[in-house]
Amino acid sequence: MASRVATATLGWTLSTLRMKGFPWIPVGILFTIAVVAIFAEVLAPHSSEVGSLGERFKPPAWQQGGSSQFLLGTDHLGRDVLSRLIFGARVSMVVGILAVVVAGTIGTTLGILSGYMGTWVDQLIMRVTDTWLALPALTFAIFLAAILGPSEMNIVIILTLVYWTRYARVIRGEVLSLKEREFVRLAIVAGCSKWTIMKRHILPNVLNTVMVLASLQLGVVIIAEATLSFLGVGVPPPKPAWGLMLADGKKGMMAGYWWLTVTPGMCIALMVLSANLLGDWLRVKLDPQLRQL
Amino acid sequence: MAPLLELRNLSTHYVSQRGTRVVKAVDHVSLALDAGETLGVVGESGSGKTTLALSILRLLPTAADNAGGEMLFDGEDLLKKSPEEMRQIRGKRIAMILQDPMASLNPLFTIGDQVAEPLRVHEGMGRRSAWQRATALLKSVRITAPETRVREYPHQMSGGMRQRIVGAMGIACEPRLLIADEPTTSLDLTIQAQYLALLRDLQREHGLALIFITHNLGIVAKMCDRVAVMYAGRLVEFGPVRKIFDEPRHPYTRALLQSIPRFADSRQRLTAIGGQPPDLSALPLGCAFHPRCPDAIDRCRGEAPEETGAAMGHTVRCWVAGP
Repeated sequence: MASRVATATLGWTLSTLRMKGFPWIPVGILFTIAVVAIFAEVLAPHSSEVGSLGERFKPPAWQQGGSSQFLLGTDHLGRDVLSRLIFGARVSMVVGILAVVVAGTIGTTLGILSGYMGTWVDQLIMRVTDTWLALPALTFAIFLAAILGPSEMNIVIILTLVYWTRYARVIRGEVLSLKEREFVRLAIVAGCSKWTIMKRHILPNVLNTVMVLASLQLGVVIIAEATLSFLGVGVPPPKPAWGLMLADGKKGMMAGYWWLTVTPGMCIALMVLSANLLGDWLRVKLDPQLRQL
Repeated sequence: MAPLLELRNLSTHYVSQRGTRVVKAVDHVSLALDAGETLGVVGESGSGKTTLALSILRLLPTAADNAGGEMLFDGEDLLKKSPEEMRQIRGKRIAMILQDPMASLNPLFTIGDQVAEPLRVHEGMGRRSAWQRATALLKSVRITAPETRVREYPHQMSGGMRQRIVGAMGIACEPRLLIADEPTTSLDLTIQAQYLALLRDLQREHGLALIFITHNLGIVAKMCDRVAVMYAGRLVEFGPVRKIFDEPRHPYTRALLQSIPRFADSRQRLTAIGGQPPDLSALPLGCAFHPRCPDAIDRCRGEAPEETGAAMGHTVRCWVAGP
């Protein structure tokens, strides 16, 4: 049933989007990152995992001592920074989007169930959520990482397990106010079943909130992935991830190797900012009342 | 002929969590309604009118509970239906229009989707045929250009239009009974009149029975065949509209009728009913109305009056007015 809901909602969403005021720049950036992530093998000029120590700490091409062979310089192992960024895009995209989508789906479903069904269902889901929220996110993530071991897939699982609670909490609150709205009560009076009401009246009305929350969470998740990688429990080296590069490059900051931190930092910032702007546009676009303005 | 809806001693009580306070929101209500008839339910705020309507649909809040009685609809006892059977009755055989139809439409869906919803839920109609039927329904509630309106959203409609759309949703599955809970309170007077005329027409065309919950006695006089007057959860008087207006027997009904402003006679002063409606969880002994009743006698203070006059089709709960 879930997939049918998803396709129906997606079809409905796409048909209501019109191109006016479309955020071309953020979407262009996200699209570029996605293309780069998909065609990393073709685009990367060098290997992302193997470098030569003779070429260590080469600055970007335009700086003195740089070479056109390494456009954005090299790191402490002589690996090409540009190639690592290109392959890192894949990690960030996959981890970020998967974690947000999976956590969002789980959290939203539980939030709607909890808010709409009430009684013991609500009690059960919310007590679990409360307990979950009481755990410090990062410590919990490290604990899970220690159990699961470092791998890309495990990071998605970890981030999902850590962050689904936010959606559940926020959506439940939204549903509590929605279910007292007159149109939901009319649907009850008209004999719609609980599932029909949750699917047709509650879900579409919370999707705006989910979108906005998801776009904000994308930033959080990417940074959490970076933190885990920094702590050595994230993406296992030598695989390139933006967070990992940031962490590795930190040591070189004082020595003037700025490109090791600034370039992955900028990539993270651009991706998060684009996601937020896209979320903002969606928020306006998905509301028929705002759509006219 | 058996009546379409017959309530026999129906009681609905709200019980506080510890069970210490019991609010008798609907208490021993008996009434009957034939197919195609209109019943007006009048009474002060908090007299149990809405709870009565929700009791019929079995949509009571969790704190409320049926406390006895029978509820026969088309010869079947609704109180014996399973939740799933009740769901299939709601919207299909008994429909309801809520107190605030202005907010009764989902802002995210087109008018067509929403009018089509009961058809898709109850008749299993496909999207296309349900939409065609929705367009026809909009036309029958006198929405102009229904073909374009079905594609529009609720915020593009005026208040009166939204109201009529909610009406269209109500009659979509051709129910036998339509319950309208103060459907006109949020409308201005000219729109109100239009809407009432529309309801009358729909009723005639579809042979609907209508329960009209209101505190506007003017509407009752114009619309209804029978009137039920509620006070403190009890039915104090029930009978044909002419009888109630011409020869009200219960002192409360008389007081209600005297509190209507009359346009023709500007010198006559309005009579307010003295005192406050009682606390439903601590009703006075005897007749609930006796502290405010001008005609109260000793017996009213000690004994609750029984319903009398069922044989004449005009019942009253009063020691003084009773035979």
